Amino acid sequence: MTEHRDGVDAAAADPERGPRHWSAARLPRGLHPGAWWLWALGLATAASHTTNPLLLALLVAVAALTVLRRRTDAPWALAFRMYLVLGAVIIAMRVVFRIVFGGGQGEHLLVSLPEIPLPEWAAGIRLFGPVAVEQVLGGFYDGLRLATMLVCLGAANALANPKRLLKAVPGALYAVGTAVVVALSVAPQLVESVLRVRRARRLRGATGRGMRALRGIALPVLADALDRSLALAAAMDSRGYGRTAAVPAGQRAATGALVLGGLVGVCAGTYGLLDSTGSGYLGLPMLLAGLVVAVTGMLLAGRRVRRSRYRPDRWRSAELLVAGCGIAAAALTLLAGSVAPELLYPPVSPLTWPEVTPLMLLAVAAAAGPAWLAPPPPGSPSTRAPTAGTPVNAVAAPTRTGDPATSVPGGHP
Amino acid sequence: MITFDRVTVRYSDDGPPPLREVSLRVEEGELCLVAGRTGAGKSTLLRAINGLVPHFTGGTLYGSVTVDGRDTRRHPPRDLADVVGVVGQDPLSGFVTDTVEEELAYGMEQLALPAAVMRKRVEETLDLLGIAELRHRPLRTLSGGQQQRVAIGAVLTSHPRVLVLDEPTSALDPTAAEDVLAAVTRLVHDLGVTVVLAEHRLERVVQYADRLLYLPGDGRVVDGEPAAVLAGVDLAPPLVELGRLAGWTPLPLSVRDARRRAGALRQRLAATAPPDPPPAPGTAPVLAARKIVVRYPGTVAVAGLDLDLHRGRVVALMGRNGSGKSSLLWAVQGSGPRHRGTVTVDAGIGRDPVDPKQLSAGQARRHVGLVPQTPGDLLYLETVDAECRQADRETGAAAGACRSLLDRLAPGLPGDRHPRDLSEGQRLALVLAVQLTAAPPVVLLDEPTRGLDYLAKRQFVALIRGLAAAGRAVVVATHDVELVAILADRVVVMADGDIVADGTTAEVMLASPAFAPQVAKVLAPAPWLTVEQVTAALGPAREPA
Repeated sequence: MTEHRDGVDAAAADPERGPRHWSAARLPRGLHPGAWWLWALGLATAASHTTNPLLLALLVAVAALTVLRRRTDAPWALAFRMYLVLGAVIIAMRVVFRIVFGGGQGEHLLVSLPEIPLPEWAAGIRLFGPVAVEQVLGGFYDGLRLATMLVCLGAANALANPKRLLKAVPGALYAVGTAVVVALSVAPQLVESVLRVRRARRLRGATGRGMRALRGIALPVLADALDRSLALAAAMDSRGYGRTAAVPAGQRAATGALVLGGLVGVCAGTYGLLDSTGSGYLGLPMLLAGLVVAVTGMLLAGRRVRRSRYRPDRWRSAELLVAGCGIAAAALTLLAGSVAPELLYPPVSPLTWPEVTPLMLLAVAAAAGPAWLAPPPPGSPSTRAPTAGTPVNAVAAPTRTGDPATSVPGGHP
Repeated sequence: MITFDRVTVRYSDDGPPPLREVSLRVEEGELCLVAGRTGAGKSTLLRAINGLVPHFTGGTLYGSVTVDGRDTRRHPPRDLADVVGVVGQDPLSGFVTDTVEEELAYGMEQLALPAAVMRKRVEETLDLLGIAELRHRPLRTLSGGQQQRVAIGAVLTSHPRVLVLDEPTSALDPTAAEDVLAAVTRLVHDLGVTVVLAEHRLERVVQYADRLLYLPGDGRVVDGEPAAVLAGVDLAPPLVELGRLAGWTPLPLSVRDARRRAGALRQRLAATAPPDPPPAPGTAPVLAARKIVVRYPGTVAVAGLDLDLHRGRVVALMGRNGSGKSSLLWAVQGSGPRHRGTVTVDAGIGRDPVDPKQLSAGQARRHVGLVPQTPGDLLYLETVDAECRQADRETGAAAGACRSLLDRLAPGLPGDRHPRDLSEGQRLALVLAVQLTAAPPVVLLDEPTRGLDYLAKRQFVALIRGLAAAGRAVVVATHDVELVAILADRVVVMADGDIVADGTTAEVMLASPAFAPQVAKVLAPAPWLTVEQVTAALGPAREPA
């Protein structure tokens, strides 16, 4: 807890105004979606640099805790469970694959399955056969790492409204963002109209399947979708969508080149950062250079779009804290890797018990910070009437809604 | 404010132009009503105001349209967004975002208004239209009337000087329509917004209008005071028809006007009484539904009600949006969910009593035919003739059965026309013919008169009466009070999944002001419902004079 207090005091420059500043910043509000994504990407980066099951499990627990404490009751926020299930499926798949295909390298035989003989041309592939602990454990570690990264991204998805994220895109990508938003809202309409037409077809006695039924459903649905999209386009046009300022052709070309080049740089940089075997220049420097170029291009392109934003998400101190926590978690894990790499990748043969160093715990603690540091989401039960008048108390005594086991690492680093 | 100068619009070279040499001016602060038959060019006229015709729809516009000094030839719709706000017929299909507050801000974002201004205007508009409690709600969960008010609010935030509304109340129940119209009149009176509004059901709006633009359908526009224009027009609300019958000039446009002049008429009618409703049927019902329950997650749509339908009778099913009318019809037909209760159809001669739910879909439609709210869902072939042949084939009827039914319902419908190119009324007739090919003794219609003008509605009434005369039991779910008055023998009112009123048309409609037709309001307390009845009663009295 002390660590969080420090962060808070640093944020409130004037100790006299501290509590008031604190309470204003702590009012329930939706955090900038970019902050949650940066935090989640930090966690995912940390997870990608280790196969230590203890550290990975702690990261999953931290992500789950933060989601539980800071999500709203919107539909996308409830999808987090799906990511957990998907993660479990990934782990199971990895283990099963190791058992089915993997060689039985390892001394500790778990069970010996009958091997299925394969023809000559399939040499090198083995089906079943002896199953060793090392082999199963290797699959489990691998799967756990992948699952953890997935869960981290799932957490970002649950915490940040995907549509608000689209609203935060720079002006240059505004049209793309709008297209995605419209597409997202069209999907449920399409489902609705398929259900309606299918139901209506029964009235004509048509229950058949196959091409004829497909035609009977598809034509009215498509005609309906076309009508709707025309109506939407007309509505958007008459409400001012697409008002642009004139820009010379040369500047347009330069803008395009900058954005594309920058994005390529960002991709290469990300690859270098995630792939620990790559050469150094491909990593952070490339990522930063790409970002700068791309942002310049987008700023230029954004000049062409004349529009403003209603109640934009602002980047305030809480956003900085949350994003910083994610980055700190990633940096601390990397640091732990440079100090004791063998502890981040515990070997499976010989079998060793995975260990957790203080540095790793510190990384987990940093990752858990937003569960308390981020302002509570609007409209959540814990922020309603009773605490609204006394936000400081609500902060000082966080309600213990989280899993007690998972709150330990964050609470006592 | 709006000037049309010799405007002609053509969509194709050979077809007749929807607008021909139209010149008119709409002054600032007017509420201008646009009326005319379906397909007479109302939408074209409305869409020409903000340049959607021809910039968006294609076609050619001759002459010039100027709004607030801006010519639509040089300004596409998006550049007129700060002057003209357009609200379409189906508000849901025009929504871009997904919550009320964001939708209100969308137009302002496009106009690049500063954040502080947007914040203030959103709050003002929420209050102005009485939708403040909806601000965080997803748009899809709103009722029809709420959606329509949000759609109006969404264009109002840009502070347009002209508001164009295309049939804003056509899908709404009477109360929701009142809410929307009250909001519109408030805008005209308090903010001085110029409103151009198209509407089929003139009786709802004409009393608020300063001007009436009537499109007879030949490309002309008749322009003038509502009462003066309506005097020479074949489509008119019941109030105007009553006024013509009684010889009042100028014609009354509101119930209040008419009632103040109706003293003499009431006295003339005092001696007579409207014809008695047809006696209660003595025969067994052709369809008996018992304890019907339909549930959806979170709601009970139909809460265990009973319904009997008799041959030769037309029943009107009324109630606000979401009161369970559609669910009941679908449950009775057997294609929709039904969680409890029984339905027995006793077609009589030669057929055993059956429950349509137990039958295959093909058999069920031979007992109960249902025309859904969007009849077009049933059509999927390229031509009218192909649809008719398909209908014959799937019911095993003799070739040409469907076509001959269609010719009786809507004579002269070209067989090579694509069903989507038909007018609403023609499409309804086609779907009805398709459903009647299976010769069901019970016919259910869900909101059939949406988008029908007065003439089409008159034809529809004749058509339904013909079905009843042929011994069928007919149920019509509708919001249209005037239609029910001339069409139904019996009225069933639903609320919250229950039947709250069930009786003869006169009993139910005279009992509450919300359901009373205009004639009843004028001639109360005498139980007159329709102009027809009054005409019939006055007829013999006039002859000797």
